[in-house]
Amino acid sequence: MSSITAKAGVVTPAAPARRRSKIDRGHWVGLLYIAPAIVLVTVFFVIPLGMTVWMSLHNWPLMGQHRFIGLDNYIAITKDVRFWNALKFTLYYTVIVTIAIFAVAFPLALFVEKPRPMTGVYRTAFFMPVVVGFASASLLWAWLLNVDSGLFSPAAQQLGLTEKKFNLLATFNPAFWSIIVMVVWKVAGFTMIILMTGLQSIPTELQEAAKIDGANAWQRFRQITLPLMRRTLALALILSVAGSILAFDQFYILLRGGPRNSTITAVYWIFNQSFVSFKLGYGAALSMVLLVILVTLSLIQLRLLRNPEGT
Amino acid sequence: MAKASRNGAGIGRLVGEHGTGLFLSILFLAPIAWTILSTFKPPLEARQPPIPPWPTTGFSIQNYITLDSFGAGLWHSAQNSIFVAVSSVVLTVVISLLAGYGFSRFRFPFKNLFFVLILSTIMIPFQSILTPIFLILSWLGLQNTLSGLVLVYVTLQLPFSIFMMRNAFDAVPKEIEEAARIDGASSFALLTKVMLPLVWPGVVTVALFAFLNTWNEFLAALVLMTDQAKFTLPIMMTAVQSGRFGAIDWGAVQAGVTVMMIPCLILFLLLQRFYIRGLTAGAVK
Repeated sequence: MSSITAKAGVVTPAAPARRRSKIDRGHWVGLLYIAPAIVLVTVFFVIPLGMTVWMSLHNWPLMGQHRFIGLDNYIAITKDVRFWNALKFTLYYTVIVTIAIFAVAFPLALFVEKPRPMTGVYRTAFFMPVVVGFASASLLWAWLLNVDSGLFSPAAQQLGLTEKKFNLLATFNPAFWSIIVMVVWKVAGFTMIILMTGLQSIPTELQEAAKIDGANAWQRFRQITLPLMRRTLALALILSVAGSILAFDQFYILLRGGPRNSTITAVYWIFNQSFVSFKLGYGAALSMVLLVILVTLSLIQLRLLRNPEGT
Repeated sequence: MAKASRNGAGIGRLVGEHGTGLFLSILFLAPIAWTILSTFKPPLEARQPPIPPWPTTGFSIQNYITLDSFGAGLWHSAQNSIFVAVSSVVLTVVISLLAGYGFSRFRFPFKNLFFVLILSTIMIPFQSILTPIFLILSWLGLQNTLSGLVLVYVTLQLPFSIFMMRNAFDAVPKEIEEAARIDGASSFALLTKVMLPLVWPGVVTVALFAFLNTWNEFLAALVLMTDQAKFTLPIMMTAVQSGRFGAIDWGAVQAGVTVMMIPCLILFLLLQRFYIRGLTAGAVK
C-alpha cells in the first residue's frame, strides 16, 4: 500500500503554462472518469458500512419499526455463548487449516520452483482446484464423503478397513478433518504459487555460494531461504488466516453447521441471526465484531509488509 | 564405472522426481476427474458408490436431463449465472478501465483520497455489510433481481481491478499519447483508440478474475436471491443437494457440479498466464 501512495504523487507532472480554464476542465474530466467507480463504492460499500454501525445500535426487525437501543446489542453479544463458541471454533479451524495448508504448500512450492521439464504441467495440476469455486468444491466433496453413494466410506469397506460403512460426517472429529482435507486440496495450489514467487526472488548466487562454503540443504533452507522469504510468508499467512476466519461455504454446504451445531463459524452465526432469525440489528452488531478482527489483521499485514526486508 | 553409477543415480533421481510429480498431480486432479466421469453413468448406477469412476453399464447423459427438472431447472439457473457473470465482467472492465485511466493520467482534487478509499475497501469483509446491502437493494427496487446482484459483485471487484488497471496505464509511456494529443484527439478517443490496445493484458486479467469470482460466489447470492427463479448455479445446486426437491440424486448433483466447474477450468487453462500475473500483482502490492 505504501508504495502505491508514494507513486501516486509523481504520476502526472504538472503542465506549467496552461490557462486556468483548461486546468479546471482537466479537473472535471479526471473526476468524470472515476465517477462510476466512486458512485458504486459509495452506494454499495461506504453507505452500507455506515449503516452497519447505525443498525448495530438498533432493534431492527425485517418488518415493522426499528428502535434505538444504544449499546444493548453489544451487551447481548457478551452474553451470547453460541457466538463465542462459533468464534472459538472459527479460530480453532483457522489455526489448524493454516498449518495444514502450509505443510502441504511449502513442499509443493519447493518442488515446482526448480525449472525442469514438466514443471509447468505439475504447477497447473496442483493449481486446478483453486479455480473451482468453494461451493462447487464443497458439493463435490459432499458426494465423495457421503456414507452410501460416496467414495471414501464404501471404498474403505470394500478394502476391508472398516466392517460397516463409516459415516465420516456424523461426528465432530472425522467431519472436521474431512473439511480440512478438502480445503487443503482446494487452496494449497494458491499458497504454493505465492510461496513460489518468493522462492524465485532469492538470488541463486546466494545458494551457490553457501553450497561452496559447505552448507547442507537444511542449513541453506534455515539460513537463506526462510529469512529471505519473510515478506512472502507473512503475505501467504495473512491471506490464509483472513480467508479462514471468513469461512462459510464449506461448513454450510457440507455440514449445515452440524454435527450438533459444533461447526458453526462466525460468519455462519451472523448469517443465521441476520437472515434466518431476521434480527438485523443484532446481526449488524455481530458483524462489527468480525469487522474489527479483520481490519486489525489488515493493519498488521500493512505493518509486516511495509519494510521490504529480504530483497 | 564411476561415471556409469553417477548416471544411474541421476536417472534414479529423475524417475523419483517425476514419479512424485505425477502421483501428486493425479491426487490433485482425481476428485475433478472422478466427478466428471461419474456424471455419464446411467441414473441407477450413479446411485451406487463410484468404484470405478467411469460408467460400466453404458454411457448416458440422463443425469443432466434429470437436473433440468428440479425447481426452475438447471438450464434456467445456468442462464442466471451466465447473465450475472458476463454482465459483471463487462461492467467491471468498463468501470475499472475508466477509473484506471482517470487515476493514471489526470490531476484532480482529492485524487489520492479517492484512490485510497477504493483500495481500502479490500480490508473490510463484505460478509459484514451484507444486511445493509440487502436493505439498500430493496430501497432501490432491486431486491431479488439479478441486476442488483451484478452491481454488488462489480463493487466487490473494483479495488483489485482498479489497482490492476492503474498499474497497466502507469506502465504506458507518456510519449505515445503526446503525439495523438497534438493531432487533437479527445481524451476519450485517446483511451479507446490508442491506450486500449496497450493495456489489453491488464483488461484480460481483470475480466478473468471478475468471471471466476462472480461465477463461483455463494454467500451474497444465497442472501440476496430469495426467489427460486433467480437462483444462480451454486444456490440451485445447494438446494438440490440439501434434498429440497425430494430425495438427493447424487448423479444430478455431480452433473451440476460439472457444469459449474467446466467454464472455470477451460478459462484458466486458456488464460493461465494472465491469472498468475494477476495473482502475483495482487501479491506484491
